[in-house]
Amino acid sequence: MPPTTVTHPHPAATDPSRRRAGTSLWRLRGYLAPYVWALVVMAVSAVGTVAAALSIPLVVRAIIDGPITSGDRAAIWPLGLLALLLGAVEAGLILLRRWVQASAVLGLETTLRGDLYAKLDSLPMAFHARWQSGQLLSRVTIDLSTIRRFSGFGLLFLVINIIQLFATVAVLLNLYWPLGLVVAIAAVPIIWLSRSFEHGYVVVSRRVQDQQGDVASQVEEAALGMRVIRAFGRRDLAYDKYDRQASQLFDSSVAKVRLSARFWTFLEIIPNVALAIVLLLGAIAVGNGSLSLGTLVAFITLMLSLVWPVASLGVILSMAQEAMTAADRVVEVLDTKSTIVGGDRVLDQPRGRLRFEGVGFAFPDADRPLLRDVDLDVAPGETVAVVGATGSGKTTLTALVPRLYDVTTGRVTIDGVDVRELTIASLRQLVATAFEEPTLFSMSARENVTLGRPDAPEADIREALEVAQASFVHDLPWGLDTRIGEQGMSLSGGQRQRLALARAVLAQPRILVLDDTLSALDVHTEALVEVALRAVLRDATGIVVAHRASTVLLADKVALLEGGTITAVGRHSDLLATVPAYRELLSADADLAGAAA
Amino acid sequence: MSTAADWRGVAAESQDDFTDRVTLLLRDRSRRLLTSLLRPHRRILAVVLAVVLVENAARLAIPYLVKEGIDRGIPPMQAGEGSSVLTTITVVVLMTVAVQAVARQAFLTMSGQVGQRVLLELRRRLFRHFQRLSPAFHDRYTSGRMISRMTSDIEAIDEMLDTGFDGLINAALTLVGTAVLLLVLDVPLGLVALGSFPLLLWLSAWFRRESAVAYRRTRETVAAVIVHFVETMTGIRAVQAFRRETRNEEIFGQVNDDYRLANMRAFRLIGLFMPGIKLIGNVTIAITLIYGAYRTLDGAVTIGALAAFLIYLRQFFEPMQDISQFYNTFQSAGAALEKLSGVLEEEPDVPEPSRPVPLTEPHGTVHFDDVRFEYVEHRPVLQALDLDVPAGQTLAVVGATGAGKTTIAKLMARFYDPSGGRVLLDGIDLRDLSETDLRAAVVMVTQENFVFAGTVADNIRFGRPAASDAEVVAAAEAIGADAFIADLPEGYQTRIESRGGRLSAGQRQLVAFARAFLADPAVLILDEATSSLDVPSERLVQRALRTILASRTAIIIAHRLSTVEIADRVLVLEDGTVVEDGAPAALIASEGGRYAGLHAAWVESLA
Repeated sequence: MPPTTVTHPHPAATDPSRRRAGTSLWRLRGYLAPYVWALVVMAVSAVGTVAAALSIPLVVRAIIDGPITSGDRAAIWPLGLLALLLGAVEAGLILLRRWVQASAVLGLETTLRGDLYAKLDSLPMAFHARWQSGQLLSRVTIDLSTIRRFSGFGLLFLVINIIQLFATVAVLLNLYWPLGLVVAIAAVPIIWLSRSFEHGYVVVSRRVQDQQGDVASQVEEAALGMRVIRAFGRRDLAYDKYDRQASQLFDSSVAKVRLSARFWTFLEIIPNVALAIVLLLGAIAVGNGSLSLGTLVAFITLMLSLVWPVASLGVILSMAQEAMTAADRVVEVLDTKSTIVGGDRVLDQPRGRLRFEGVGFAFPDADRPLLRDVDLDVAPGETVAVVGATGSGKTTLTALVPRLYDVTTGRVTIDGVDVRELTIASLRQLVATAFEEPTLFSMSARENVTLGRPDAPEADIREALEVAQASFVHDLPWGLDTRIGEQGMSLSGGQRQRLALARAVLAQPRILVLDDTLSALDVHTEALVEVALRAVLRDATGIVVAHRASTVLLADKVALLEGGTITAVGRHSDLLATVPAYRELLSADADLAGAAA
Repeated sequence: MSTAADWRGVAAESQDDFTDRVTLLLRDRSRRLLTSLLRPHRRILAVVLAVVLVENAARLAIPYLVKEGIDRGIPPMQAGEGSSVLTTITVVVLMTVAVQAVARQAFLTMSGQVGQRVLLELRRRLFRHFQRLSPAFHDRYTSGRMISRMTSDIEAIDEMLDTGFDGLINAALTLVGTAVLLLVLDVPLGLVALGSFPLLLWLSAWFRRESAVAYRRTRETVAAVIVHFVETMTGIRAVQAFRRETRNEEIFGQVNDDYRLANMRAFRLIGLFMPGIKLIGNVTIAITLIYGAYRTLDGAVTIGALAAFLIYLRQFFEPMQDISQFYNTFQSAGAALEKLSGVLEEEPDVPEPSRPVPLTEPHGTVHFDDVRFEYVEHRPVLQALDLDVPAGQTLAVVGATGAGKTTIAKLMARFYDPSGGRVLLDGIDLRDLSETDLRAAVVMVTQENFVFAGTVADNIRFGRPAASDAEVVAAAEAIGADAFIADLPEGYQTRIESRGGRLSAGQRQLVAFARAFLADPAVLILDEATSSLDVPSERLVQRALRTILASRTAIIIAHRLSTVEIADRVLVLEDGTVVEDGAPAALIASEGGRYAGLHAAWVESLA
């Protein structure tokens, strides 16, 4: 469940056991499928490595109990060379495993990241409005590398270490079973402790991860709102907000440190305690002749070789926990059902007749609808201006056409077909919007303009730029190839709007939506743009959101939006004459009176 | 047309490209940062060091005690003299283990806490520093990169503190401790065993050198991933409306794959390093075994000592394996630290004065004295601008797009410093004012209208955090924002979602106005601040402005001449120079004047 409000940002954090631990991680196993052979090679070489490592102490035993006891110098060499060979084989197998592993886990991570990105790209506006992008970012970076680390380093060593643990205990039991039993018993508290540790750790590590997301959100807000923060001199306020989150993260991280410190210590101590007992009992056994000295040395060497695998089991288990919570957070996004799913129809020869039929719209948690009973019919090639007070729902109304939001009641049709029956791609090819707040990306000007039509020929680009009075891009240092700064910050508001307009015009849509696109232009430029737009709008069906009489004049007719519904439709001059509310909104009288004063 | 490669376009600089020559400088810079971060903790670090020494001494003592057990504990028992020596040794082993346990836990807890403290301090410093850097820097640096520095780079350091620190310290101490102990046990055999150390050091040095490069590359590529990701999510509306998804996935696929390749290179390096260490270790053990067996037969070394040798070598090489894993995190943390230290050493190009001139009661007299400004060299936006605005005057600046209007606003708000000349407030150069005094006196409202996650009331209160609820409401009423706010589901307590989602552009502008009204500055700058308002709202704001501006200096930048009508004085700007300056009525009356022309065009557009 996504966070719906800031007060309860992480509903899932309060109940981490809601999902069975590891379920999400297991679900991601499909991403390893292309690497099955790599996994087999990894597993086989891992087993070989353990076998080679186990054999070396047995060779030591053979040397102590054989040549050293008997004084046979010549017998040292074959055994010594065997140890050398086993050592080389072990190193060779590790080399093989590592090289295979690198491509497999990085492939997994990269594919998963690509899929997450594609998923987020397709999720509707309503989803993005709810989720802070800092939370999404931490999933795509931190969580994915956690999963990668576990599936490469962690998972493999978990398996190797467990195999090594069992194989060594088996060898030890075989060497001298009473001592072997001591070692086997020492493993019990380790396994028991690991389980209880797992329980506490999952809670604190999820908390840390979520708080990292919160800190990221604060950083993002401060980064994007930097100019406003500076204009008002509120950096202390922003800093305090950030600091609160960062301090909470600090507290949780310290709690995590304490928890793991206890666990890791315990894991290192138990084998050493077992060693003391083995030394005591083993020496007694050697003393009374039931154990050879070589066996005792081999025994102790083997036992000590267990210290590292067992101790690192702690690191690996915490890694596993982190990977599980990370997988939960990733699957959370992957599982989000897109509420806006395309149909399967494509209009062959769209004419562009647009109808709103009894359309209503309410935001999910709003107590009353923003739009209700909206009926509007726009003929192909006709342009309608939507006029209404600030916040009356004009922008939302236009967003319903390309399905950035879906209607809650009624329907929107193009050429008589409900937009929900069309494929998303074909629908959004039919409709292009120039937004009031132009979103420019830090890419070349060309890439920004050709957003909706990457294959547009040069002539069309030039023409679209001319229509939007955006030919200034040719004067940029590298012309159309100049990178436009992030959000187009290096351009003025008017320049950004004109680029966004060029983008919409270039898309050559059947239906062109202009959402108060000209608000930041000066009068002179606006007039030039309007002349050029008239030609474009002759061929397309147009919806123009307008605040000014000058923009309204682009349209053939005007719809007045009041109280969430359309109360009047007609020609500008008629409405001006007959509808007082319209006069109040658009009358130039007051402006003129002021100007003349 | 374009391939995935050239989507970014060309820009003047890439701030992430380092030549090899500066690498040394970078390391110096990182070290300075690290030193300054650790200095406050030097007492506790000394304790940590002592504790870790005790821990390692205890750990290294155990194989020696095993040797003693074999060599001294077993013979008396074989001779039937009882097990008292063996029992004593066992008790000593258990005590050593206890010491090790206490020391280890203390070390992990203390070093972990210091690490987190350092991390918190680093987070705070970075945030503070980013705040001090000028908008010009941020324009260049982009918020995506800033976010990447403050999330992914910090995360790399966190991970190092989590796992790498402990591993590396132990490896270093084990290295030294083992070398000493081996020589104490038997010099010739010890020398043979230590023969591998130079090889080991050489391999480590090679790995360190190679992976430093590889890890810097991974940091750079992950930054590209983050920047693209953040931009997509921020501009998701345009992405979806223009069916940008496929192309975006193509681009993301590319930056994602660059990151994968960078990682692959780093992984391959470890893939060579780790088995290399293992090979050296195993060969050393085998040689020690053979030579040790001869020495034992010669009676120069006891069996217990041989066993201790083998245990020490194993104990030494085993963790070395995983050190490379921890070393990774060290490398990426090192690369991250380089970038962070770079940001922290970036001098603010709009620096705050070290000895600010106090400004207690600003009147709002503004003076531009021979001000020149250029964003790009030799492309002046303003040339030799002289301007006197008496306190209380409302000045409107008009002119075509790109004439330099916004630059005047930005200079007045000290987002930039002039390339030449001075901007003065009440006779004081803006560069001599403290940030607090300047921002209390000068507030700018732009068309950007960023809203923060939080309630509507919080967003208005941003103008003056100490304001009461009643004052917040009063500000909204004065500006005409009260009506729409009251209509929201929870009125002033309605939470505004991520990036303002539900508020329309006009509503956000009203919130921004209320914010500025509440801030009550001596100089108010409005940069295209009413462009998204409908006529009635603008009229309301206009009416409110008449009263608000009566008592303060105002600079209004506007395309709409309706906003200009409340001005006492109009400045017409063309290519960075003032071409007309006077009262609006006088300018309208002047036949053939530029303002008269603009005005006529505007009146016509209202038809």
